[in-house]
Amino acid sequence: MQLTYERLLGAYRTMRMIRGFEEKLLELVNLGKMSGFLHVYLGEEAVATGVCAQLGEHDWVASTHRGHGHAIAKGVDVRGMMAELFGRRTGTCKGKGGSMHIADLDKGMLGANGIVGAGIPLATGAALTVKLKKTGGVAVAFFGDGASNQGAFHESLNLASIWKLPAVYVVENNGWGEFTPTEYVVPVKDIAERAASYAMPALIADGMDFFDVFAKAGEAIARARRGEGPSLLECKTYRFAGHFVGDPLAYRSKDEAERWKTERDPLQRFTARVLGEGLLSQEDLQRADGEVARHIEEAVKAAEAAPLPDVAEVTTDVYATATRTRSEGRA
Amino acid sequence: MSREIPTAFAIGEALRIAMETDPDVILMGEDVAGGGNRPDGTDEAGGILGTTRGLIKRFGPERVLDTPISEMALLGTAVGAAATGMRPVVELMFMDFIGVCLDPLLNQAAKFRYMFGGKARMPLTVRTVTGAGMQAAAQHSQSLYWITSGVAGLTTVIPSNAGDAKGLLLSAIRSDDPVVFCEPKGILFLSSEVPEGDYEVPIGVANLVRQGSDVSLVAMGATVNIAQQAAARLAEEGLQADVLDLRSLEPLDEEAILTTLGKTGRLVVIDEATPRCGIASDVAALCVDRGFDLLNAPVKRVTAPFTPVPFSRVLEEGYMPSVEKVLAAVRELF
Repeated sequence: MQLTYERLLGAYRTMRMIRGFEEKLLELVNLGKMSGFLHVYLGEEAVATGVCAQLGEHDWVASTHRGHGHAIAKGVDVRGMMAELFGRRTGTCKGKGGSMHIADLDKGMLGANGIVGAGIPLATGAALTVKLKKTGGVAVAFFGDGASNQGAFHESLNLASIWKLPAVYVVENNGWGEFTPTEYVVPVKDIAERAASYAMPALIADGMDFFDVFAKAGEAIARARRGEGPSLLECKTYRFAGHFVGDPLAYRSKDEAERWKTERDPLQRFTARVLGEGLLSQEDLQRADGEVARHIEEAVKAAEAAPLPDVAEVTTDVYATATRTRSEGRA
Repeated sequence: MSREIPTAFAIGEALRIAMETDPDVILMGEDVAGGGNRPDGTDEAGGILGTTRGLIKRFGPERVLDTPISEMALLGTAVGAAATGMRPVVELMFMDFIGVCLDPLLNQAAKFRYMFGGKARMPLTVRTVTGAGMQAAAQHSQSLYWITSGVAGLTTVIPSNAGDAKGLLLSAIRSDDPVVFCEPKGILFLSSEVPEGDYEVPIGVANLVRQGSDVSLVAMGATVNIAQQAAARLAEEGLQADVLDLRSLEPLDEEAILTTLGKTGRLVVIDEATPRCGIASDVAALCVDRGFDLLNAPVKRVTAPFTPVPFSRVLEEGYMPSVEKVLAAVRELF
């Protein structure tokens, strides 16, 4: 896929939106305005953006507990997401799902997920659907280094390979599985090596570099679209914040995080390159910054003003089929 | 001697005592050491909620084992180790994750002894956090103890306070049967009296925590506090409630339930879990089956509704059992 001026500017806007959204959440939690289990995607913006920039309406993504970035990059409405995190009726999932379950099937977003590795077979199933229905789509599973130790990962890659499913498995190796360093729990140097067991091509991208992710993901997505089967793409990235909001981060050194933030920040690197090579103009970047900031502020204001769900909503949406005997759903 | 400490600390204390008194006891789980079993023994995490903090320093990386996020391997390995001479304690971070690793419990641990004609021992303990109330939403908030309570061969316990947590956990670890030890979110960070030293709370014995003669409130885990608060409110209205803390869900202390029912003739059971196929239903069935002549009113169940756990605070509050819901149920009996 060609990186046109518009596409490149769109990618910048997406990364800036993810960054701004997550920073806003931290601010809201600090102010005591937001609660719940939150896992933010700060530092990993180039991965979701580099992959999703090449996906369209017939394509699917399955995400993780750290799912806000994937949702934004796949086009889920930021106002709905913010309202969801505020637990409002106007939220993406009517306030029922929250951060770990933001999903928008109309946008091809199969959901953040509270179970590590659970999105991998879901994306595999989406790949089966698009293959059987011949939609021309692909399915992408985003997951972490930790999830690559789950049976769900190995079983899904095996299945996708023997069935030649149009799937792309994107492992976001951010160096830490919850509080544990990846090298303690993963014996291979690169998680990409695991693809060999499933006769699947493996690619490694610098997950802090939008352009590298875009190029490598492009290869994998093109292969899937050609009907040649799945690929495993490892993006080497870093989680700027803790595992969850409120994580005291005692298990990793401040220096390590600072080094990544000052030397590898995907937004800084993107900006430096597009300005250095004259790919985008300073004015357009600044305009995008302003638009994104306003959009997020408006999303917060709208969410705060939005109504809470009625408590009777506890018992709706459980089944598609109502029956007389399902009487136990009283709240 | 005793002092007031949070339930999470009491659990850590029981683990320390169990490991000191039996070299076969090992602890396995995701981040139970934290930071990946660092060779210098630092233990900055001690589990996602800090319950196991300090244990790696004391017992070292051979007995306090950080595992990958691989619940199937975690549970399966612990079952294999338990069958062959170790006495593992597994931390399954949230009980919701049992979905990833049910087979080792359901088809292996629960059935070894029976299938092998009584020749196997399965000294396995699975500690796991249960319940709603932290806005952790649908996949981190469930009370799934009805699943393990319904599997013959498994034992399931759930403390309501720090002192019982310590004694029940020591009993669980020292049992030669596989025990699921539930850690309700609603009590983990509440403090209560915990005796010093080594003691056991017997499995299968309920505890009458308040005496009354008008109505029986049967509760478990975090709902015991709700029952206590409801009982205090009822006392203001002139109704005296028995409050029975089940402590053990399987085995269920049927005699204790029938005894309190015999005393009051009216019973409300309060369960954080969904209503189908659950503990509340089992208690109600017991009352009808073996206590029919003792009943002066229907048995009432106060449970979560038959839905997943919602995220939004207002919805989650509506979802969980509450003092008001217990009072409403009691009023239906008079």
